[in-house]
Amino acid sequence: MRAPPALSASAPRNGSRDSVSGALRRSASSSSTAAAAAEMSASSAFIDEKGGSASEPEYGHDPASGGIFSTDYKRHDDLKEMLDSNKDSLKLEAMKRIVAMIARGKNASDLFPAVVKNVACKNIEVKKLVYVYLVRYAEEQQDLALLSISTFQRGLKDPNQLIRASALRVLSSIRVTIIVPIMMLAIKEAASDMSPYVRKTAAHAIPKLHSLDPEQKDQLIEVIEKLLADKTTLVAGSVVMAFEEVCPDRIDLIHKNYRKLCNLLIDVEEWGQVVIINMLTRYARTQFLNPNINESLLEESSEKAFYASDDEEDEDKKAEAATLAKRKPYVMDPDHRLLLRNTKPLLQSRNAAVVMAVAQLYFHLAPKAEVGIIAKALVRLMRSHSEVQYVVLQNVATMTIKRRGMFEPYLKSFYIRSTDPTQIKILKLEVLTNLANETNISTILREFQTYIKSMDKDFVAASIQAIGRCATNIGEVRDTCLNGLVQLLSNRDELVVAESVVVIKKLLQMQPEQHSDIIKHMAKLIDNIQVPMARASILWLIGEYCEHVPKIAPDVLRNMAKTFTNEEDIVKLQIINLAAKLYLTNSKQTKLLTQYVLNLAKYDQNYDIRDRARFIRQLIVPTDKSGALSKYAKKLFLALKPAPVLQSTFKDRDHFQLGSLSHLLNAKAAGYQELPDWPESVPDPSVRNVEIPDWSKCTSRKDRKEKKTEKPFYSDSEGESGPTESADSESDSGSGSESASASDESGSGSESEESREETESEDEEEDEEKEKKRKKRLDKTKAKKPAEESAESEQSSGTEDRKRGRKAVKNQKSASESESESESSESEDESEEESEEESESDTDIRKKKTPISKQPPKQSKKESKKERQEMSLLDLDDFEPAPASAPVTPVNFLSSSLVSDLEGLSLTNNILAPTTIAPSGSIKMYELLHRITVHQQHQLRDQKPAHRGAQAAVWDEDPRVHRDRRVSSR
Amino acid sequence: MPNHPVPVPSSVLAALKNKTIHLSAAKMIHSLFLVNASGDIFLEKHWKSVVSRSVCDYFFEALERATEPENVPPVIPTPHHYLINVLRHRIYFVAVIQSEVPPLFVIEFLHRVVDTFQDYFGVCTEAAIKDNVVVVYELLEEMLDNGFPLATESNILKELIKPPTILRTVVNTITGSTNVGEQLPTGQLSVVPWRRTGVKYTNNEAYFDVIEEIDAIIDKSGSTITAEIQGVIDACVKLTGMPDLTLSFMNPRLLDDVSFHPCVRFKRWEAERILSFIPPDGNFRLLSYHVSSQNLVAIPVYVKHNISFREGSSQGRFELTLGPKQTMGKAVESVLVSSQLPRGVLNANLNPSQGTYTFDPVTKLLSWDVGKINPQKLPSLKGSMSLQAGASKPDENPTINIQFKIQQLAISGLKVNRLDMYGEKYKPFKGIKYMTKAGKFQVRT
Repeated sequence: MRAPPALSASAPRNGSRDSVSGALRRSASSSSTAAAAAEMSASSAFIDEKGGSASEPEYGHDPASGGIFSTDYKRHDDLKEMLDSNKDSLKLEAMKRIVAMIARGKNASDLFPAVVKNVACKNIEVKKLVYVYLVRYAEEQQDLALLSISTFQRGLKDPNQLIRASALRVLSSIRVTIIVPIMMLAIKEAASDMSPYVRKTAAHAIPKLHSLDPEQKDQLIEVIEKLLADKTTLVAGSVVMAFEEVCPDRIDLIHKNYRKLCNLLIDVEEWGQVVIINMLTRYARTQFLNPNINESLLEESSEKAFYASDDEEDEDKKAEAATLAKRKPYVMDPDHRLLLRNTKPLLQSRNAAVVMAVAQLYFHLAPKAEVGIIAKALVRLMRSHSEVQYVVLQNVATMTIKRRGMFEPYLKSFYIRSTDPTQIKILKLEVLTNLANETNISTILREFQTYIKSMDKDFVAASIQAIGRCATNIGEVRDTCLNGLVQLLSNRDELVVAESVVVIKKLLQMQPEQHSDIIKHMAKLIDNIQVPMARASILWLIGEYCEHVPKIAPDVLRNMAKTFTNEEDIVKLQIINLAAKLYLTNSKQTKLLTQYVLNLAKYDQNYDIRDRARFIRQLIVPTDKSGALSKYAKKLFLALKPAPVLQSTFKDRDHFQLGSLSHLLNAKAAGYQELPDWPESVPDPSVRNVEIPDWSKCTSRKDRKEKKTEKPFYSDSEGESGPTESADSESDSGSGSESASASDESGSGSESEESREETESEDEEEDEEKEKKRKKRLDKTKAKKPAEESAESEQSSGTEDRKRGRKAVKNQKSASESESESESSESEDESEEESEEESESDTDIRKKKTPISKQPPKQSKKESKKERQEMSLLDLDDFEPAPASAPVTPVNFLSSSLVSDLEGLSLTNNILAPTTIAPSGSIKMYELLHRITVHQQHQLRDQKPAHRGAQAAVWDEDPRVHRDRRVSSR
Repeated sequence: MPNHPVPVPSSVLAALKNKTIHLSAAKMIHSLFLVNASGDIFLEKHWKSVVSRSVCDYFFEALERATEPENVPPVIPTPHHYLINVLRHRIYFVAVIQSEVPPLFVIEFLHRVVDTFQDYFGVCTEAAIKDNVVVVYELLEEMLDNGFPLATESNILKELIKPPTILRTVVNTITGSTNVGEQLPTGQLSVVPWRRTGVKYTNNEAYFDVIEEIDAIIDKSGSTITAEIQGVIDACVKLTGMPDLTLSFMNPRLLDDVSFHPCVRFKRWEAERILSFIPPDGNFRLLSYHVSSQNLVAIPVYVKHNISFREGSSQGRFELTLGPKQTMGKAVESVLVSSQLPRGVLNANLNPSQGTYTFDPVTKLLSWDVGKINPQKLPSLKGSMSLQAGASKPDENPTINIQFKIQQLAISGLKVNRLDMYGEKYKPFKGIKYMTKAGKFQVRT
């Protein structure tokens, strides 16, 4: 369709259309020529019309056209004729020209009847362009638009899903009220269409219908409810969009779909992700508890320390966690965790809007310790287009006020380049200022020093203000900053000087006593500075601290009295102010001057100034009528004034949802949904339970969970094994739904296993559910026992030893676990176990394996194969099957007493150990194993289906799954 | 098929006329206006009810207020609407919205529109848009439905609307066929919505360009204030069918922060540090990354400068020498130096040892096209600047911006280990290219 440039350029400006279409009429016999001509004029028409609008009168010179209006009508006649022709190419040409007109904002509405007839044209491009036209003008030509409806209704029944979708799309885009019932019907039908694409289109149509006729809201909500239950990623984004537009307050519709949305999120298209994340942020605010509820009680100081350095971080975290545990137990709802976990990968999205959406979600919902992860992604966005930078910096500025530590490591990313646009520079300054603290202030000030030499004066002014803010916030550098600013007073640029004066004024207010020389210096400047704000500031300073400059002050007033009439209003007000203050402190020298000034002010043009003069005169000049107030005049004028607080304009902006338009404008935009406050008490979490778990990958997830039994804490600390979460939440929310799904293939067995896992993983923070816990511990010790036994027979390090001892104690306790055991010590204990396991896992587990795989040949009759399987699965997290066991030679001559002796020696030579000691260990262990399996059998029986499920898992990222699968199939 | 749809009874029409149309707060993008550098609206598109173009007056006001074209605030509130604009290729894309919507959502979308135009027409200029106004309109129609993004993947769009090529224009003129795809798009329906279906090539090839950019600020004394490396892997994949590719690195640990094309399987990356993906057809950006800041960044060039103005004299001295540094033995090419000189400078009379320089007395922009740096004979630019007579010496110091390229080198040391293809039988041709460029590379004086 693009005509060769030469052609379009050479096409005559006026009348080309007429001549071309005229030619078309004449040579209509040869279709190819016509098409060629059409091609040319499609583009030339546009240029022509463009030119035409600028040079309308030229038409008059064209002999072929009678005048502007007639040309206009004639032009459209041509188009009508072309649209009526039988040739698709002519129709296409006409439509292209019409679309070009629309694009330029020209009115083409009078062609409506001619265009609408072509709605059923077979040529796809003509049809599409007719749709474009229709959607544009249907609103204005409602009755005629109805002519097209039947075509779309027919399209809705087409066997091809794409045609159905496209028909619905256009039908719903025609803003004609009369067809509301038709649209409603079409949407309802499409919402249960087989094709997800059509259902997506239905979701898109909902807001259109709603804006056309809000009375349909209730019916539309029904459709939304239905579509929310849809399981395809294609629909999810669109329907949440519809939800947000039609009924954003119907949070209850989300409950049942919450987990599904979380799980689908990563596969939804980018734009849908943004909408879903924003909606879920709001949802979470109503349904979960504030994860920082305890931390908010602790002071900000702890936050500083927390982020102080990486080394301290962990310790702090532990300490904090410990104190928190004592204070008040907070348990994060597993669904809350699920949301955080499933949104985290989206920080890696290429789409800045998605990254921002996740960032705001974390900012508003995550525990303080986890918010930090968003900083890196936001800093990455700063490489993007300047508009993106602008929005991101606004949000970062707000975040830095609340969570400064988060961005401190990225301080240098906010350094300003001379090529940045001014608005970006100023925002970066804001962030740098917010990030300034005692440790980095010297680097920041050095950076600021280069900024004030910039050529961009607005930016220089902002830099000076930033220096002022740093100086007020950080006492240590106040004098340095002040000195630097005083030096700027001799700058050649007046704006720089003026800005410095204003900032110095504010700084001096904090400690005026020490700086009378600066005040003197500034008094001298008044002759040179012309910027009103700066002059006013100097005058105020002199007046306020006239006692520090008793000799200069009256002289300044004298000078100002001379120029009073020519000053700006703010300066005049300050002159009056200065006069009044001097009159009160030094009336001898200034009485006449003051009266002179007040007289000048009395006849000023500005009534504010007249008023002020009158007011002040009454107040300070004692007359017989003067009331009680004048006695207190001195107190009134020379009261100690609090120093101004220089604070960021971004303070408290976080009450708007970050990333929103309202936040950016710092004003509530139309349609903004407030971010609700956290609820005081937990809303019922069971509302999110779904009868039949429908996420497709559940088997693999559950399976994986089981593998993790051995290392329960990792799931919590790693915080990124997303899929496990869905299962977690289920077990937590009670047994009702689980029993419902008991008959499921991956049924209750795995569920119960999960519930155990769940408690384990949350153990560190959780103090309740003791019963579950005990059960878990029981399991754990059982599971551990074989490992212990085998390990006991090995050399082990001192720490391991100690731990094992403790475990053994617990072991004995386990049957009658005393409730009084202190929780904190327990969790500590467990975390140690965790680390122990970690260190052991590589070497020990392989050894542990040895005895088990050795066992069967000896006493296989007693053991059922199944039991061994279960054992190994529970017990061995990370072992290699056959090869590891091969080199072990059974050496039985070492007595068990020797073994324990050796153990006491705590040799670390692990290589030697297995060959010499393992066999005896294995005997011991064998007995144990037997015992345990009896205990566990009834529990483990239920797990079997899950193992089967493991084999179905294909796309699991965890390599352990594969290994375990091999084991379980043995 | 009858061309004339069934007429509607007149009673219906009467009922229709009496009804008023409600306009509730509708979200997302209402309208789009394209404004050129001289402030003319040359294209408008509405996805909902028409918004009068007079709304752009608020934008023009902001434009007037802004000292520089890029200083127009991206979001401008007006009494009834909000205008969100982006500036690309000296065209403002002004979106009109009516209510709360994440600003980045709109900004990102507008940039996607520009990228699409660029992809379709090669350039995104006013002329190109006007020449292709119908395609532009068709694209905008597909990209948004009721103001909500519908199809933004270039692969899907190309299935829907074929990009104009000279060949196709010729073919179309002869055969009368159209740009609109005859087949209905299937990509939208598939599990890999970013890939066209039924792709066929006689030569199957996959090229990957690892391009790294160094952002740096060097201070007066030559020490590095901040330096970081940002990289991208741009791919051009022309493979038949549904290939499944994996790309692995020798040193994936270098990558500190990454962002992926949606085709990349995130979990594989998390677990194995391998990029596993079914690629879109054609050109796309597979990965952008940031190299961890712990690693010291090698700065490949150094600058020796002496720009000074003497008090009371109307002359200033200008000396600049460039040299290579830490280039791993590779040549530094396409060097371009630019600097915004102080306003007081009237003219510059300089002498380059190689390349050419220009000085624009109006914008005060000095640029020196150096070319390749020869380590044996370092390029230099020396001479004098004339200042306004009687004016005091400027107290601001110009910053020097440097651009350069180094071929066959990824400055971070990132290396692609191997590329494997699964899912298809043929053997593709694979190629990987490395390049280092200057990003925002500034030297303060």
